[in-house]
Amino acid sequence: MTGKAAKKEKIPRQPMPEQAADVRRRNFKEVPMGYSPETAITEAKRCLQCKKPACVTGCPVQIDIPGFIQQVAAGDFAAASQTIWGKNTLPAICGRVCPQEIQCEGECILGKKDEPVAIGNLERFVADFSREQDTGELPEKAASTGKKVAVVGSGPSGLTVAGDLLLKGHDVTMLEAFHKPGGVLVYGIPEFRLPKDIVASEVAALERLGLRIECNSVVGRTVSVDELFEEGYDAVYIGVGAGLPKFLNISGENLIGIYSANEYLTRANLMKGYLFPEYDTPLAKGKNVAVLGAGNVAMDSARTAMRLGAEQVRIVYRRSREEMPARAAEIHHAEEEGIEFYLLTNPIRFIGDDEGRVVQMECLQMELGEPDESGRRRPIPIEGSEFLLDCDLAVVAVGASANPLLTQSDPEIQLNRWGYIIADPKTGKTTKKGVWAGGDIVTGQATVILAMGAGRVAADSIHDYLTIGW
Amino acid sequence: MFTIVKKESMADDTVILNEIEAPRIAAKARPGQFVILKANETGERIPLTISDLDAARGTITVIYMVVGKSTALFKTLEEGDAYQDVIGPLGKPTDIEKLGKVVCVGGGTGVAVLFPITRGFKEAGNEVVSIIGARNKDLLILEDKMRAASDTLHVCTDDGSYGHKGFVTEVLKEVLDSQKVDLVVAIGPVPMMKFVSKLTYEYNVKTLVSLNPIMIDGTGMCGGCRVSVGGETRFACVDGPEFDGHKVDYDGLMQRLNAYAKEEKAAYDEYCRLRGI
Ligand SMILES: Cc1cc2nc3c(=O)[nH]c(=O)nc-3n(C[C@H](O)[C@H](O)[C@H](O)COP(=O)(O)OP(=O)(O)OC[C@H]3O[C@@H](n4cnc5c(N)ncnc54)[C@H](O)[C@@H]3O)c2cc1C
Ligand SMILES: Cc1cc2nc3c(=O)[nH]c(=O)nc-3n(C[C@H](O)[C@H](O)[C@H](O)COP(=O)(O)OP(=O)(O)OC[C@H]3O[C@@H](n4cnc5c(N)ncnc54)[C@H](O)[C@@H]3O)c2cc1C
Ligand code: SF4
Ligand code: SF4
Ligand code: FES
Repeated sequence: MTGKAAKKEKIPRQPMPEQAADVRRRNFKEVPMGYSPETAITEAKRCLQCKKPACVTGCPVQIDIPGFIQQVAAGDFAAASQTIWGKNTLPAICGRVCPQEIQCEGECILGKKDEPVAIGNLERFVADFSREQDTGELPEKAASTGKKVAVVGSGPSGLTVAGDLLLKGHDVTMLEAFHKPGGVLVYGIPEFRLPKDIVASEVAALERLGLRIECNSVVGRTVSVDELFEEGYDAVYIGVGAGLPKFLNISGENLIGIYSANEYLTRANLMKGYLFPEYDTPLAKGKNVAVLGAGNVAMDSARTAMRLGAEQVRIVYRRSREEMPARAAEIHHAEEEGIEFYLLTNPIRFIGDDEGRVVQMECLQMELGEPDESGRRRPIPIEGSEFLLDCDLAVVAVGASANPLLTQSDPEIQLNRWGYIIADPKTGKTTKKGVWAGGDIVTGQATVILAMGAGRVAADSIHDYLTIGW
Repeated sequence: MFTIVKKESMADDTVILNEIEAPRIAAKARPGQFVILKANETGERIPLTISDLDAARGTITVIYMVVGKSTALFKTLEEGDAYQDVIGPLGKPTDIEKLGKVVCVGGGTGVAVLFPITRGFKEAGNEVVSIIGARNKDLLILEDKMRAASDTLHVCTDDGSYGHKGFVTEVLKEVLDSQKVDLVVAIGPVPMMKFVSKLTYEYNVKTLVSLNPIMIDGTGMCGGCRVSVGGETRFACVDGPEFDGHKVDYDGLMQRLNAYAKEEKAAYDEYCRLRGI
C-alpha cells in the first residue's frame, strides 16, 4: 500500500449530523441534516480515486463516483452536480433513499478494512447544494421531434423516462392516478426521510423542461392505452408501480385499527393526516402499535406511529435480524427512536372488542430451519409458544404485488404468473407494439434507483423507436 | 380544475346536487360508477356516485348528503367555483342486461346512486318497478326522475307524510308476493340493504347492493375499502361497489364505517363552530 493512501485512510468517515433521537421521534422534520461544505470536502478526500472503481459497479446507474467526489474534494460543487446528472436525474432523492450498503458503498474498497466513503451522503450534499443555489438553468434540449409520448405513473421510473425523452426533444405528457405526482416518493416514503419539497422541486424542474402532467387520470378507467394512441400519442410507457397491498389473511384482519401500510402511509404522507384537523383526512393514533414486516415500508410505518405519539411501537417479524430487508440506516434509526423488535414472531390472529376494534394480537414464536427456495432459512413455528400482544393499531407491511387495474384493461400487454408486466430487460418493450414498461410493475417492489434504471433503458429504446422504428 | 356549472339544493337543504365540468369522465362513465372529489389543497378525498351525465356538455352530476366536515365544505362551493380534483370514473359499471322484471329499491341519498342504474335497466328493455323511501316527504329526492325511469314507482315515508307509511321492505314484500321478479337492486343506508337482502334471500331473488365503505385512492392500492363478501375479502373500489347482497357482511361494513366516528365528529363540530353554523 502506498504511503499516500495510508495517510488518507486516517480520516474517519464523517458522521451525518442528525436530530437527536429523543427529539425527532416526536416530530416529522427530516432526521439527517446534511453535510456542511467543509464536512463534504473532508469526506470526499477519503476517496482513493481508484483506477478501477468498484463503487461504480455497485451503482445500478453507474454514476462516475470517483469523478464527482474529486470535484467535491476540489470544492467545485457545480461541476460535481453536472457529473452526477449525467447518469442520475434524481440525486437528492437517491442520496437519501438508496440502500447504499448493498450498492455503491457496499463495493467501495475502503469498506474492506475501514468504513466505505459516504457516497450517498456526498451525492445528497451535491444535489441539495445545487438545488439551494438554483440558477434556474436547465439542461440543453434537443430540437423538437414532433413525437408525442404518454408516461403512465409519476414514480421514479416515470419521472426518469419523462426527463430523458424531454431532453431528446419529444413531447411528453404524464398521466397520474393520484392528485399529486411522485409515486411512492410522495405517498409512501415519509417526510422525515424524504421531504416532499424536494420531490416537488424535481417535478417542477421537469415541468420547466416542458413536461405536462395530468393528475387524476387513472389509465384503465379514465382513459385506456388504446385511447391514448387514438389521441395521437406515438408511444406509451407504463410505470404504475406495485401498488396492491398484501394482507396476512389471518382471522380478524378486517377489524377497525388494522391498516395496510399503503393506507396508513398514504393517509399520513399524501393526505397529510399527521396534520389533522388542519388537513381533513383523519389518521388513527395508536397507543400500542404493532407493525408486521421488517422492510423499509415497515420501518416507515413504525416511525410514523411513534411520531404520532404512540407509547409503544413494535416491529413483528417472523424471520431473524439478518433477513430484515430494510436499509441498514432505517433499522438503526428505528432502534434509536425506541421501536422494539419482536423477531422470529409470527402473528396468527387479531382479537377485537365488541365494537369491532382490534385490542390484541396472538403470535407464535418461530425458530429457523433449513434454507428455503429464496436461500433464507425458513422460519418454523415452535409448538405451544403462543402469546398475546396488546395492540390497538396494527399496520400490515408484508409487501405489495401488481395492481391489476391497468393491466386487466389491455389483454395485449402480457403478464407473468404473478401479474407483473413482461418487458424485455434490455429495452423495456412489452408484448404490445408501442408500449414500454419498467419499475416495480415489471420487477415487483424493488428500489428507487432500479426503477430509474429501467426508465433510462426504456427512454433510449423509445427514442430509437420514434427516430428509427420498433 | 373542475368547475361547478349548476348547484341545486334538495331535501330541505340537506342534500345538494352539483353538475360539474369533467369532460373525460363524462365521456367514459357508465351506470354504477363513481368519482372521488377533493375540494382544495387540505381536503379529503370523498367518493360520490355519478348520478347523471351529459356527454355532449362534458358534465357529470353528483348528489350528496351533508353529513360531516367534507360534505359541509362541499356545500360552500357555489356555481362557478371548482373542485381541485375529480377522479374517475371508478368502480365496475353495473352489469345491465335484459332480464325481465327488475325491482329497484332506494333509500335516502341512495336514490341518487340508484337513478342511473334504474334508467339503464329500463333502457335495456326491462320492466322496472321502483320503490323509493325517505324519513319524510321533504327528504325525498329525485321522485320525478325515478318515475320517468320506471314503469311503476312506489314511494314510502317513515312518518307517512307522503305515499306509503313505513319502510321500503314492506312494499317490496308485497311486490315479491304478487309478481315474479328477476332481480332486485337495493341502494341506501346499510341497515336498509341488509334487510332487503334478508327478505329477497327468503324469496330466492338475486339482489345487487352498492356498498359505501371508507375509501382513499379508489384504485385498489390501499385496501381501506375492504369488505367481506361470501367470506372473502374484496376491495369495493375495484371489485365493486356492487356486490351480491346475499353474501355481504353488513355488520362488518357498519363497524368499519364507524372507524373514525370520533375524529369525524370533532372535525365537523370544530368546522361548524368556526363558521357559526
Ligand atoms: C413506504 C416505502 C418505502 C420505501 N423506501 C425505499 C427506500 O428507502 N429506498 C428505495 O430505494 N426504495 C424504497 N421503496 C421502494 C421504491 O419506492 C419503489 O421501488 C419505487 O418507488 C418504484 O418506482 P415506480 O416508478 O416503479 O413506481 P411508484 O413509485 O410506485 O409510482 C407509480 C405511480 O403510478 C401511479 N399509478 C398506478 N396505477 C396507475 C394508473 N392505472 N394510471 C395512472 N397512474 C397510476 C401511482 O399512483 C404512482 O404514483 C419504498 C417503498 C415504499 C412503499
Ligand atoms: C362508492 C361510494 C359512493 C358514494 N356515493 C354517495 C353519493 O352519491 N351521495 C352521498 O351523499 N354519499 C355517497 N357516498 C358516501 C360519502 O362518500 C360520505 O357520505 C362522505 O364521504 C362523508 O364525508 P364527510 O366528511 O362529510 O363526513 P364524515 O363526518 O367524515 O363522515 C360521515 C360518514 O361518512 C363516512 N365516510 C367518511 N369518510 C369517507 C370516505 N372517505 N369514503 C367513504 N365514506 C366515508 C363515514 O363512515 C361516516 O360515518 C358514497 C360512498 C362510496 C364509497
Ligand atoms: S445512485 Fe444510489 S447506488 Fe448510485 S451512487 Fe448514488 S446512492 Fe449510490
Ligand atoms: S471504491 Fe471507494 S475509494 Fe474507490 S473510487 Fe469508489 S468511493 Fe473512492
Ligand atoms: S379505496 Fe383504496 S383500495 Fe379501495
